[in-house]
Amino acid sequence: MPYLFNTPDQQQEMLQAIGVDSLEALFSTIPSELRLNRPLDIPPALTEMELQAHVSKLAEKNVGPGSRVCMLGGGAYDHFIPAAVDEIARRGEFYTAYTPYQAEASQGSLQTFFEFQSLICQLTGMDVSNASLYEGGTCVSEAAFMAMRVTNRHDRVVLLGSLHPEYRQVVETYLTHLNCEVVIVPCVNGTADPADVDAAMNDQTACLVIQHPNFFGTLEEAEQLTEIAHKYGALSVVSYDPISLGLLKRPGDYGADIAIAEGQSLGTPLQFGGPYLGLFSCSQKFVRRMPGRLIGQTVDRNGNLCYVLNLQAREQHIRRDKATSNICSNQGLIAIRAAVYLALLGKQGIREVAELSCQKAHYAAEQLSQIEGIDLLFADRPYFKEFAISCSEGSDYLLRKARQAGFDLGPELSRFEFQNGSTLGQTGVLVAITEQRTREEIDRLVTALKA
Amino acid sequence: MRNQLATESLFGLSHHGRRAARFPSADVPVKPLDEIIPKSALSTKPTGLPEVTESDVIRHFVNLSTLNMCVDTHFYPLGSCTMKYNPKRHERLASLPGIVDLHPYQHLSDLQGMLELLYETQEMLAEISGLPAVSLQPAAGAQGEFTALLTAKAYFEDRGETRTKVLFPNSAHGTNPASAAIAGFECVQLASSKEGLVDLDDLKAHLDDQTAVFMVTNPNTLGLFEKDIKQIAQMVHDAGGLVYIDGANMNAILGFTRPGDFGGDMMHYNVHKTFTGPHGAGGPGSGPIAVRDFLADFLPGPVIKRTSGENEFTLETPPKSIGRVRSFYGNIGILVRGYCYLRTLGAAGLKAVSENAVLNANYLKAILKDVLPVPNGELCMHEFVASASKSKSENGITAMDIAKRLLDFGFHAPTVYFPLVVPEAIMIEPTETESKETLDAFAETIRNILQEDPEFLHLAPHSTKISRPDEVVAARNPILQCCEPE
Repeated sequence: MPYLFNTPDQQQEMLQAIGVDSLEALFSTIPSELRLNRPLDIPPALTEMELQAHVSKLAEKNVGPGSRVCMLGGGAYDHFIPAAVDEIARRGEFYTAYTPYQAEASQGSLQTFFEFQSLICQLTGMDVSNASLYEGGTCVSEAAFMAMRVTNRHDRVVLLGSLHPEYRQVVETYLTHLNCEVVIVPCVNGTADPADVDAAMNDQTACLVIQHPNFFGTLEEAEQLTEIAHKYGALSVVSYDPISLGLLKRPGDYGADIAIAEGQSLGTPLQFGGPYLGLFSCSQKFVRRMPGRLIGQTVDRNGNLCYVLNLQAREQHIRRDKATSNICSNQGLIAIRAAVYLALLGKQGIREVAELSCQKAHYAAEQLSQIEGIDLLFADRPYFKEFAISCSEGSDYLLRKARQAGFDLGPELSRFEFQNGSTLGQTGVLVAITEQRTREEIDRLVTALKA
Repeated sequence: MRNQLATESLFGLSHHGRRAARFPSADVPVKPLDEIIPKSALSTKPTGLPEVTESDVIRHFVNLSTLNMCVDTHFYPLGSCTMKYNPKRHERLASLPGIVDLHPYQHLSDLQGMLELLYETQEMLAEISGLPAVSLQPAAGAQGEFTALLTAKAYFEDRGETRTKVLFPNSAHGTNPASAAIAGFECVQLASSKEGLVDLDDLKAHLDDQTAVFMVTNPNTLGLFEKDIKQIAQMVHDAGGLVYIDGANMNAILGFTRPGDFGGDMMHYNVHKTFTGPHGAGGPGSGPIAVRDFLADFLPGPVIKRTSGENEFTLETPPKSIGRVRSFYGNIGILVRGYCYLRTLGAAGLKAVSENAVLNANYLKAILKDVLPVPNGELCMHEFVASASKSKSENGITAMDIAKRLLDFGFHAPTVYFPLVVPEAIMIEPTETESKETLDAFAETIRNILQEDPEFLHLAPHSTKISRPDEVVAARNPILQCCEPE
């Protein structure tokens, strides 16, 4: 059998030491009427060679960005991943280790996560970051839970209608069953109107959730909206695109209380939607209310600088039903990827990736909108690297034509349910442009769509 | 031998003007930034990210990595965590083009191979659990628990019932009560019997028409099979409640018995444990759930369906779904590794996994029990919980001392002080991917440690880079990043 050690001789020897006469006897505590008296009905075992052939065949049935130009967005982006990221993430010392409970045996992970937290603070301008949550969507519900604890307002949260619709669905799953009202501010012409936000807020609201740049790629008035949240004593929760912070003001710069993000763009491949990386940071004053693991610096018994899991009294293994979150396993290895990515980019690199993505997206939007029948959906709104277009022939037609020419655009907005009268063209299609896209590709797409 | 410079802070290595990643200049006409982005939205200063070279980055993180113990280098008998060997073929196959580069919003017809793989995974997880409906969405075991509890809640509401309580034994993982709390349930903790099993009388006393779910780990966290599980399930069902099986310990029972056969209505798997995820220094995990037929309509969407349509495999949201619990579809990269594992082992292989996991645990228990008594159970399953109470009272050697000293001898420590019901608990899970020679050496080392000077042990470990970090200082004045907040 693969991966096993015990030879039949050794098994006998071990059984003897235990004092039973068969392997079967070891399972005698399972009552016989509960036993499965047949083999599991699953496909037959494969050798490594057969398995590789089989999985390769499945992989070949898919069409990935390798064979088509990826201009897909909607929360997952085809940014470049330097080779050094994979090199570090493939080290067994990292990926075959457990959660660093045993500090002396885990200083490598602990220092790396401490540096990850530091890098996220530098990126966002926030005071503290945890060591990761699952992904962008659950970050929103964890932020809402934390805002409820901090404000002691448990009945109401307000979300902008331009939040990723899947994130909104996650929040609704997490909150509505607790009888917490989830209020959606309509998205008009690609952004929220601050007057509508003001009208939706009240002094019972725990937080205002702003996605900036939002799901459609457009920029919200994040600073002004944060002020509105604060006016009502609510927390401002900002979901950002980490790459955008090479260019845009950081959440910490304009007073966000909690900054969250999907961190996939920071060196993690698309891999069909996961595992990704939940980034969660906040102001110092809320640190004891935070969800997730926190790594802290301390000294050991000899006075050496070292790192430990800190403030564990917030966590489920200590506090049980009073914990700040139920999270246990987080996204450690993906956080390591992000730390390596941010270290490789540095302050200059992150700016280059942000600027390239932004400039190329604007070129693409300009070229695409010159095609007859294609319009920018929110033409007068500023955007970062992603934008929505509409096609007079419908989104299916547009996507099919692009696919035939070797391009994946999307997602199409009709895929999602938008709520509360948000005035969104159901004909819209998102287009995301990263630094990896070239003028040649964009021109080729435009030519194909014109034909 | 150790390169001390490289493990200094990344920020300490930073020097103005150094670069690692460089990007080509723009090949499109460049516009002045303030023409395309309002000035008010643009940052006025660069981020504080460090400036280092690629070789700095590699040397830094490679040297840091060597400060870890891991499955690739050490015996890692961490109870409840199933630290088994992580096959290298999984890493290669999960990185294949056509797997690693798929965008979640690609057209369905371009995803048929991936959906087939995930559909087969659903089918195998259903068969192994004896529970027919599967959701692959949960990102980890804790999220699986939460998802299943909401599924149960929606089921009861659909029947016009409001049930408010979730029950669990005091030996439960902390995630059980934490998940129940965020799902809006009242948590009721039950006593354990003298044998370390569910106390049937206490269960009976607490079951009523408000009981929604009884959560139980089976085998439980003491490594014991709940022999009365069928009766327990019957009692819960008679009260109108549902039984949730925390599947953290599935490594003990693969192909021997199934949660669906012993009365469970819902369960989660920890793909990163049982199906060798790997653990990734804390994650990512993957916590798919399997439930009975009558709960299938409430599962989070989407699930993968096989159809006779143009696309054989499609994504569908169940009719009465609780909604999404995360964006996209699940921790696919980990599920792909789990799929590879299941396809490598097959039915006989899985059964051999449990056979040898249980054999290794019982063997280690047998050769250690005279020095480390195990309070509960004659035979254990895949792990056992010993107690250092004896050595503590005799000469002051605690579970922590033993755990820390083991590091000096090249063994990772077992889980200590969990479950809470055993004083000075030492929870040992050797897994099936270890040899008798390793187990013998480990037992011999523990015997030797117990002969050492207690004072010396209180200061262990002695050979690691650091020893006994001050957690009190860390918590009193938390330093959570290397740069002063601005």
